[in-house]
This record gives sequence, structure tokens and C-alpha cells, in this order.
Amino acid sequence: MTHLSAPAPRNFFTQEGTKTSVLRLFRNRFLTGLCITLALFTLIPLFSIILLVLKNGLPLFSLSLFTQLPPPPGLEEGGFGNAIIGTALMVGIALTLSVPLGVLAAIYITEYAPTSRFAAAVRFVAKLLTGIPSIICGVFAFAVVVMTTRHFSALAGGVALAILTIPTILLTAEQALLGVPNAYREASFGLGATHFQTIFRIVLPDALPAIMTGVMLAVARAAGETAPVLFTALFSQNWIHSLMEPTASLSALIYNFASLPYAYQVKMAWSASLILVTLVTITNIAGQLLFTPKHR
Amino acid sequence: MTTAENTASIIAPAGQRLELTDDFAPGEANFIEVKDFRFFYGKKQALHGINLTIPSRKVTAFIGPSGCGKSTLLRNFNRMNELIPGVRHEGDITIHGTSIYDPSVEIIALRRRIGMVFQKSNPFPMSIYENIVYPLRIAGQKSRHVLDETVERALRSAALWDEVKDRLHDSALGLSGGQMQRLCIARAVASRPEILLMDEPCSALDPIATAKVEELITELKKDFTIIIVTHNMQQASRVSELTAFFYLGNLVEFDDTQKIFTNPSNQQTEDYITGRFG
Repeated sequence: MTHLSAPAPRNFFTQEGTKTSVLRLFRNRFLTGLCITLALFTLIPLFSIILLVLKNGLPLFSLSLFTQLPPPPGLEEGGFGNAIIGTALMVGIALTLSVPLGVLAAIYITEYAPTSRFAAAVRFVAKLLTGIPSIICGVFAFAVVVMTTRHFSALAGGVALAILTIPTILLTAEQALLGVPNAYREASFGLGATHFQTIFRIVLPDALPAIMTGVMLAVARAAGETAPVLFTALFSQNWIHSLMEPTASLSALIYNFASLPYAYQVKMAWSASLILVTLVTITNIAGQLLFTPKHR
Repeated sequence: MTTAENTASIIAPAGQRLELTDDFAPGEANFIEVKDFRFFYGKKQALHGINLTIPSRKVTAFIGPSGCGKSTLLRNFNRMNELIPGVRHEGDITIHGTSIYDPSVEIIALRRRIGMVFQKSNPFPMSIYENIVYPLRIAGQKSRHVLDETVERALRSAALWDEVKDRLHDSALGLSGGQMQRLCIARAVASRPEILLMDEPCSALDPIATAKVEELITELKKDFTIIIVTHNMQQASRVSELTAFFYLGNLVEFDDTQKIFTNPSNQQTEDYITGRFG
């Protein structure tokens, strides 16, 4: 091919037949195939869980599950309306505490003092907290809330779940705020906006969908946690009357009923699992729909 | 309007709501004065003793190679540089005889009187309408009538009204690059500033959009004092009446644009303009 006049070889654009190209082609196809296979493998546990929960949870599924109280051992009737309300209530308390705290802390460390040592310390502690086992949060809320108020309560459960979810919300909110283009802040300041106006009119609305993703993650995690609520809210066979009494939750109900020797209670635990998964999914989808950006 | 009143309208004392008036500053030779101004990013000195007098209602172009300090100086007029940690300045900049660094100057009020257009158009992810009224909303303006009027006036003065009047409530991010930049100009003039700072406003635009923005600049100088930073020397010669040439943080030459481009007194200026620069 040194002569310009020489005709181009037959496989000029394919390099077919050369040793390296065969090897390279094979390696490329092999790795692509491997990635697809492994991606499919990760779906197996997810779909088996959903299938299993559907298969075992659906037979007992009825409206009375939502409206009735858990049966005493041996009886084959009733539902767990109190546990659904309890879970919703405790997740609600947790979010009421953790969303403002987490989001405002994230605003501080990204918008006000991103390079300060204090911000670095907050970031570090938040990352540490994400790794703390949920049972420790339960023990902490037990010591701080249950011991001082002398009651197992929904409030204590909510506090435990709040501690659990603050780091998730803080760190996702931080990423969400960092994802807002600096050009928006510059434009806002250039037009004479204050720091506060820039954050609440421009930065936060733009980061909201991403912040909501973090909140939804927190909801899913909090609704499913058993250890922190066992320690703090305990369980109850009755409807809830105040925030300061032992409260039922879906996760604690699953834990309690699944280990009972009565077939009916075990079936109820499956139905509770199905409802827990469904509720978390619905919340997630609703959250995503409500907060999709209007202008993109 | 007397000078004293003008000063008051440009730089309101702390806590005072700014009056948005139809009266603009009359032609004034020493509108903006830069006095022995030095600027530092941390330890690095970006500007060395700049002295400059900019007249009102004229277009002044800042030219020079990258890193020469022209944008740094521009961003000092509305004190945008102060958003960067670790910066400091020496010397003074006055507008209408009032120092912009005077303790009584409210930085928010200052920026409201000085519009800024950035290199890359940066409309907010909101509707066209909301983009324009943003400077009014943050100033507390709630009257629907005033907001509607402002949108039309600002878009007309940015020569964008006819193109977008039927979709004011659509996303600003759906506009073309040139339209976005003109939207940013409209937004910058919405609160009727006296001064318009433009930091390479056409560097991301195609020639047609550039021509439109340049035409707009010529139109806007009737009402505004415009300072434009540009890398494009043809642009400087087309739109500006005065040109300042910066090099390595120094102001090398400042004169009528025509003189700078035909008969510069400094060898460095001539080398840069004729493209003989390193």
C-alpha cells in the first residue's frame, strides 16, 4: 500500500481475516453478551420477590384487610388497618422531621458555605450515618424518646425513622442542588436577586424533582424498616388513639405474624408484604409524577 | 433631573425600594469612572491600576486576548466578582460620582440598575413570560398590568416580541440559541437599568443571530450605557464608539473606536488588531 496507484485491498474497510481483528471482534461480542446476561441476572431476585409476594399475598387480599383489626391467635378473620395507618403515620412523622432538616442542611452546605470546614464535617457525618445499622437508630430513639416519655409510641418510631432517613435526604438533596447549573445562580444574582431569592425561586424549584427522588427513597426505606419500630413503637392490636401509645406497623406485623405457628397469620403476613410493596410503589410513582419538571 | 437625583435612583440607600422611572441619565462624559483599580483572585493579580472614564449612552468595547482582565473589570461594575471566594480589590469605581463600594450601597440595588448579559445565554427553566418578569417579581412587583406591560416592552426592545408573542407561556428553553440570548437581553433590560454589561454576548451564536444582536445593541444605546466585552474585533469596530484594549491586566489604550482601529497610538494595540499578536 505504499504506492498510491495500488488498488485498495479487498477488505479495506473490514480488516476481515487479520488475527487481531478476529480476537478483538470476539472479545467485543463476548463482553457485550456477558453484560446483557448479568443485567438479566440482577432482575431475577427482583421479579422472584414480586412474584412470590403476589402469589402468597393475593389469596387473602380483600377490603377487610384495610378496615379490620388483627385477629387474636387462632381466629381466622380480621385485617391490619391499624398497621397500615401506623406505618403511614410514622413515615409521615419521620418525613416531617427529616425533609426540612435534610434539605435545609443540604442548602447550607451547597449554597451558603460549600468550602467551609463545617460543611465538610456535615457531609462526612452524613455519609457515616448512611452506613449505620437501622437497629442502632432504634436503640437511640428508645433511649432518647421511649425512656424519657416512658411510653412506646408512634412518636418514638417516627424519630427513629427520621434519624434513619436524614442522611439519605441530605445527600441526595446535596447532589440535586449541585446539579443546578451555576449559570442560573449567576443570572439571578446579576438581576439583583438576594441569596435567599435565588435559592427559593430558582435553585430549589430546579432541584425539586431530584430532591423528591431522595425523599421517595427515604419513604421506601422507612416504610420497610422493622428494627427501629420494634424498639420504639412496639406493636398494638388496637386502633391508634394518640401519638404517645404503642403503635402497629406493617413491618412489625410481618415480623410478628410470619413467626407465628398459625397458618392464617402467616398468610396475613404475606398480604401485609404485598400491601407494603404496593403502597411504597404507589407513593414513588405519585412522587415522580407530581414533581416532573415543567420546563425542560 | 439633576445629578443628585440620578445618583439616588441608581444607588438607593439600604432598605429603600427603588423607583423604576422612565427618565434615564442624560449624556454624561464621566458616567463611570474607574480609578487606579486593582483586582486580585487570591494572590493572583488580574488588574493592574486601571484608569478609565466611560461616557453614558455610548457603546464601549473591551478587547484583548483571553486572560487580559477585560471580563474581570466588566464583572466588577456590578460587583459580580464578589461571588467568587478569596477576591479583593484596591482603588475605586464610581457611577455618577458615587462609589459602588460605598458602605451605603446596597449590592442588590446596584445590580438592579446594571443589567448583565452573559457569554452563554442562561434563561431560567421557566416560561418566556416568567423569565422576563423575574427581576420585577424579586423587586416585589405584583401588579399584573405592570408585569404584562413590561414583558411586551422588554421583548420589543430586544426585537423578540413578534417571534414569541404567541407563546409567552411556553418554556424559554424551547427557543433557538439566538432567541435565548435576546431573551436574556430582554430580561436584563426589563427593570430599566441604566447600564448594560455584555460579556461576549455573541460568542456562542451563529452569524445571523450575531447580526441580530449587534443590530439590537445599536438600537439599545439610545437608552442604555453599554459596555461589551468581545473577542471579535470586527464586532467591536461595528458596534462600539469607544474601545479599550487590555493586555495582561493593563489598560493599554482607550480611545475612539475609529482611531483604535485605523491609527492606534500604541504598538501593542496595532499588533493585536492586525493579528500579529503571539
